[in-house]
Amino acid sequence: MSAPTGEESRLVEGLRSGDEAAFARAVDRFTPAMLRLARVYGLGADAAEDVVQETWLRVLKSLDQFEGRSSFRTWLFAILGNCARGRSEAERRSVPVPSFEREESPSVDESRFFPAQHPRWAGMWSTLVDSWETIPDERLLAGEARDRFRAAIDTLPARHAAVFVLRDVEGWSSDEVCLVLDLTPENQRVLLHRARTRLRAALEEYLRSDSP
Amino acid sequence: MSDRSADSCQQVVELVTEYLEGGLGASERLAFERHVAICPPCRGYLSQLRRVSTVAGTLSEDDVPERLRESLLEAFRDWKTSPKDR
Repeated sequence: MSAPTGEESRLVEGLRSGDEAAFARAVDRFTPAMLRLARVYGLGADAAEDVVQETWLRVLKSLDQFEGRSSFRTWLFAILGNCARGRSEAERRSVPVPSFEREESPSVDESRFFPAQHPRWAGMWSTLVDSWETIPDERLLAGEARDRFRAAIDTLPARHAAVFVLRDVEGWSSDEVCLVLDLTPENQRVLLHRARTRLRAALEEYLRSDSP
Repeated sequence: MSDRSADSCQQVVELVTEYLEGGLGASERLAFERHVAICPPCRGYLSQLRRVSTVAGTLSEDDVPERLRESLLEAFRDWKTSPKDR
């Protein structure tokens, strides 16, 4: 498990010394992902906000117990997970079971491939696939594309969205994500794959509709 | 995973994240790379999933709802001035 970075150590010091600006930065930095993660436990928007509030209070009250053996954010999100689980149980919602159900829908719609009965090209692409290597970042994620991409993340199942946001938006390691979401590495990869493939399809649809 | 061969494009597209994440065994990885080396559409697909992942890193999450932010800052001030909690 990763130890706190220099930036995190400064943050923890700032919090301990009662530096409100440091706290505000931490709130801005972590709260959006915390809200996202709380939703994984089946909580609505208001309950997710309550849980985030409860988490920050617990964090402040137990700052002295933070020994820096894990990174600050792993510690923060572990506390969030506990709070969210507790709230979810109190609301008698069905807490997502740790066991993992594999989704069977294909990554790419099967109409894009030659059918299994094809004598020569069974299972091979029957449609064009554009390379995105040379598309500038601005075209992929500026203005409307960015809004569409965000909207597509919001339509993902909660766990897919949480894995995607932590891994690809926030840049967490797979180890950290597995720890916080209680996933095996393989299940984490499957969820990440499902999320990326759905977002790919959304982006492809946008690029095609936006072509000159 | 039951079938991890990379004979057809339809199989390859299911393996891309496993490949990018280092989840394939040595022979599976080799078969994947062999397929992609001679298959332009699969190379295109690989580039697409890579881009989804990298452009996501340029996204920032939404802003914190203002009401929540205010109430957190208030809670911080309370905590700061309440010796029993510190």
